[in-house]
Amino acid sequence: MTRISPSSPAPSELRAPAGVEAAAGGAAVLSTVRPRRGRAVALTLLKKAGAAVVVLWGAATVAFFAQLALPGDRATTILNIRAGQVQLRTPAELEQIRAQYGLTRPVILQYIDYLRGLIAGDFGTSYQQYRPVTAIIGEQLGSTVTLSLTAIALAWVIMVVWVTLTAGRGPRVGALGSTVDVVTAGLPAYWLGIILLLVFGLGLRWFPIISGSSPNGIVLPALTLAIPLAGFMAQSVRTEFERSLDQPFVLSARMRGMGEWGIRLRHVLRHAVIPAVTLSGWALGATLSGAVIVESIFSRPGIGSVLVTAVNSQDLPVVTGIVTLVAVVYVAANLIVDVVYTVIDPRLELS
Amino acid sequence: MTSVTAAPSSKRSPAGLSAGARLARAPWGLFLAIAFAVLLVVAVVAPQLLTTHLPTTIDYGAALQPPSWAHPFGTDESGRDLYTRVVWGARDSLTIGVGAAAVSIGLALILGTLAALGVRPVAVVIDRFVEILFAFPALLLALLLIAIAGPSAATQVLAVGIGTAPGYARMIRGQILGARNSGYVEAATALGHSRWRIVRAHILPNALRPLVAVFALSIGQSIVWASSLSFLGLGVAPPASEWGALLDAGRAYLTTAWWLVVIPGLVIVAVALAATTIGRHIQTRLERGERS
Repeated sequence: MTRISPSSPAPSELRAPAGVEAAAGGAAVLSTVRPRRGRAVALTLLKKAGAAVVVLWGAATVAFFAQLALPGDRATTILNIRAGQVQLRTPAELEQIRAQYGLTRPVILQYIDYLRGLIAGDFGTSYQQYRPVTAIIGEQLGSTVTLSLTAIALAWVIMVVWVTLTAGRGPRVGALGSTVDVVTAGLPAYWLGIILLLVFGLGLRWFPIISGSSPNGIVLPALTLAIPLAGFMAQSVRTEFERSLDQPFVLSARMRGMGEWGIRLRHVLRHAVIPAVTLSGWALGATLSGAVIVESIFSRPGIGSVLVTAVNSQDLPVVTGIVTLVAVVYVAANLIVDVVYTVIDPRLELS
Repeated sequence: MTSVTAAPSSKRSPAGLSAGARLARAPWGLFLAIAFAVLLVVAVVAPQLLTTHLPTTIDYGAALQPPSWAHPFGTDESGRDLYTRVVWGARDSLTIGVGAAAVSIGLALILGTLAALGVRPVAVVIDRFVEILFAFPALLLALLLIAIAGPSAATQVLAVGIGTAPGYARMIRGQILGARNSGYVEAATALGHSRWRIVRAHILPNALRPLVAVFALSIGQSIVWASSLSFLGLGVAPPASEWGALLDAGRAYLTTAWWLVVIPGLVIVAVALAATTIGRHIQTRLERGERS
């Protein structure tokens, strides 16, 4: 079961490699053969962008109503969150808060203000810190984005090395390879993080236990996010890798006398990583939300630790701000992946 | 998340199955998973059969002891036997996990079916709604719900259930649409069967059969998500011996007593793996049955 027999049904119109193979000649196709293609691409892109805008508007709406859903009187809740204790408030106190947050206005106007604020980059004011949410997120975002991107890069390196070494090497190595994929993909971040911390931080003392923002401190947190991600990507890349090994172009490369490593690295890998590219939008969302746990384990600053504190104190503007921001990043990343596909896919034509 | 994206790809081609199929085909793996599942059921129903101590027995003389014959998983800061606490915690953890999986699949079933088969405007609205929820990563959606409702076991079940539902809803919608476009539905339409009869007799049974496997997979996922929330201190409070809460409590002793964190974590990983192995096995069996 390591190699797929040529007779197995391969619905080529569903698979990416066919499109990418032709993508090399895509430029020529664009300019000469199909004059309608330009319009088809533009139309598809417009549709996708429109769908993304609808999703973002919906996400903002969910965030707004989440703030309303806080049980009890909102002004009282805000005051209690600020004071850190529950007590009875005087009408004068409540009135001031209501005026400050515009709570006396009709919900629909509050909603419109909220949307308008979001577009202008205003996520509201923290209940607890008396500061704009954008300021709170802004000073922590860099750390989390660095962690997230480092983790994705590491995951790619681990995945490519592991799959190239183990895919299509006979049943035993293949079974070992895919079992490791499945097991690592399912590892919970908190447990993996703690194991890495115990082994490399406390045991071997290679890396600091509290990562802070030192450059050396990013290794363990990034690995914690990267290993499950690598396992997850490897599952689909391995399948594609083994399928590509049976393709005619591999046979012809072998006939030209190309070595096994040359074939794997120069031909097969290029086809096989396509599914992982498709997953990169998802990977960004996964690492940003995984940062919540990882930052907590390694005492690393970032929006994840801000989020946990805010959830604990029910500081909803901060919670919805971060959650919305991650949703925006996620939708934008997926849109970019989609756009790239639409542009390079030569099969698209106005029907 | 894993299972959601894995399932459609395995449907697309036999090769997509290979990773899971290999794991599922190794009989020792399946055997271990089933044996472990039986053990878990015993731990939930009658934990006293598997333990000699009580999870609340405090013995300060035996505090923070590493694993030994007397205490196979070691003891915590109050000298409570960790093995006993893990076994008794199975009830909390699995109830939350199964509950969350049921909420998730139930919700996904409603949303997915409506999005695929509802009357036009309803279907479009639900479909968009699912897409919107899907834009929030599961953990963040769960955290948003906890921020509103405050941490508790019930919130944890709902938060994990609702957080993971959008992915499954998308999958179910895809399954139903796939079944609707199949040859047998075309044949039934040609025979003049009513729309309702086609939906009931052909589309739903075929589209929803894989859900048995998905449910098993989602239990494993739900336990991991739920314990992540407890680990962040946003789930069941520490006196309970739910596994995530055990982890959270053990973090304070990480430098001196590694077993307090490593062992409960290992149990969660084992449960998730067992659920995945059993789920994938069912999936493989179902697909093999379809092909023959």
